[in-house]
Amino acid sequence: MRSRARLVAEEDGRGGTRPAVLHGESPLLLRRTGPRGGDLTVHLVGGAAGPLRGDDLRLDIEVGPGAHLTVHSVAAQLALPGRPGLPPSRYEIHATVAAGATLRWTPEPLIAAAGCDHHTRTVVDVAEGGTLLWRDDLVCGRHHEPSGAVLSDTTVRYAGRTLYRHELHVGPSAPAWSAAAILGGAQALGTIVLAGPALPEPRLLPGEAALMPLAGPGLLATAVGPDIRAVRRALDPLSEGQYSLRPV
Amino acid sequence: MSSLATLLVLADGRLPSGGHAHSGGLEAQVAAGRVRSLGDVEGFLRGRLHTAGLVAAAFAAAAVAGRVADLDAGLDARTPSPALRRASRAQGRALLRAGRAMWSLPAFRDLHHPVALGVLAAAAGLRPLDAAVAAAHGVVTGPASAAVRLLGLDPYQVHALLARLAPSCDEIAASAVSFVHAPADDLPAAGAPLLDIGAELHATWEVRLFAS
Repeated sequence: MRSRARLVAEEDGRGGTRPAVLHGESPLLLRRTGPRGGDLTVHLVGGAAGPLRGDDLRLDIEVGPGAHLTVHSVAAQLALPGRPGLPPSRYEIHATVAAGATLRWTPEPLIAAAGCDHHTRTVVDVAEGGTLLWRDDLVCGRHHEPSGAVLSDTTVRYAGRTLYRHELHVGPSAPAWSAAAILGGAQALGTIVLAGPALPEPRLLPGEAALMPLAGPGLLATAVGPDIRAVRRALDPLSEGQYSLRPV
Repeated sequence: MSSLATLLVLADGRLPSGGHAHSGGLEAQVAAGRVRSLGDVEGFLRGRLHTAGLVAAAFAAAAVAGRVADLDAGLDARTPSPALRRASRAQGRALLRAGRAMWSLPAFRDLHHPVALGVLAAAAGLRPLDAAVAAAHGVVTGPASAAVRLLGLDPYQVHALLARLAPSCDEIAASAVSFVHAPADDLPAAGAPLLDIGAELHATWEVRLFAS
């Protein structure tokens, strides 16, 4: 299945944000939720099972100057094996955030079902003065099953400079991924990249987790745990609006 | 033509560049109870080799060919833990200091360790593959000798483990050199979440055997 989705958020001239483009194809369907007139909230709605091997998904997000967009999803994304012999499922996300704009990406987790082979690539470009909160949670296998293969590749640039580059490979094709250096037997992992002019203070988070200042203008929160609940305990306070990310 | 003896000098653990003061994140994982046995050490070293080792090898190899400032910024973007950035720069500075006495080095003072390693390799007339092998080798030998001290393991068994890992070091180095001329963003970026979190916890300890 090949799917292309595009979301463009722009300031509506009255202090709110409107969707200038809201185009989705199954399984990447986009629905506007939340009240009109304020910040824009969009939910990703999975329109089909998967991703499955052979799927090719791409989502483009553009947040214009002064616009404020939050993207959630209604359910976890479950990467499944699909037919053997097909290439890995691919999910590419490209986002740009303009000056004075905010993008909060807080979807439900990706679950790597046994036998899946899923590749994700995320590239986010934030202009100077833009604000980003980008969260990705991963669960390595459903209850009591071994993890499928997931290769995730993330690049976040701020003001034209690369702020954060990260690849993670889990599952049967990844050497020693569950040994003590990488996940240490943990089944769940979450990360939040924060970038912009107004940022919280770095600190250790509850459980196996830390909020770390990057070398550039941003922070990374990383949490690992035996299940997604442990990751949520560490990361939810950061992504659920306890911290204002807007410049004051 | 690159000199094998020169490569051995560069990769030697006795090079006075302060590497013995770092456990490569092992001390934090031992304290967390995740590494207790020789088998756990092997898992830790393999995980480290395929993440931090691949990144270090690729950046060391690329630095032999130049672009030092870009590569140094690229490692900043791949090292979210400030404790690991400090450890890498401290070892890079120490290596540059040692290197200046050994070869004629450009005037760099503050670089991440893998980039400094590439700068030394270039000054010594070595090839990118040599720098990559030295980097991959250093990523496993440093924590391996720390493992002997932290867990009281049999040094013969730990060296047998290093001998088993040597072919993997060669494979990592061979794949690392394919990125020598790639844009900095396209170089490997394999991360190890527990190394980052462990390094931040470790940095808060009042008493520790290793600097990182």
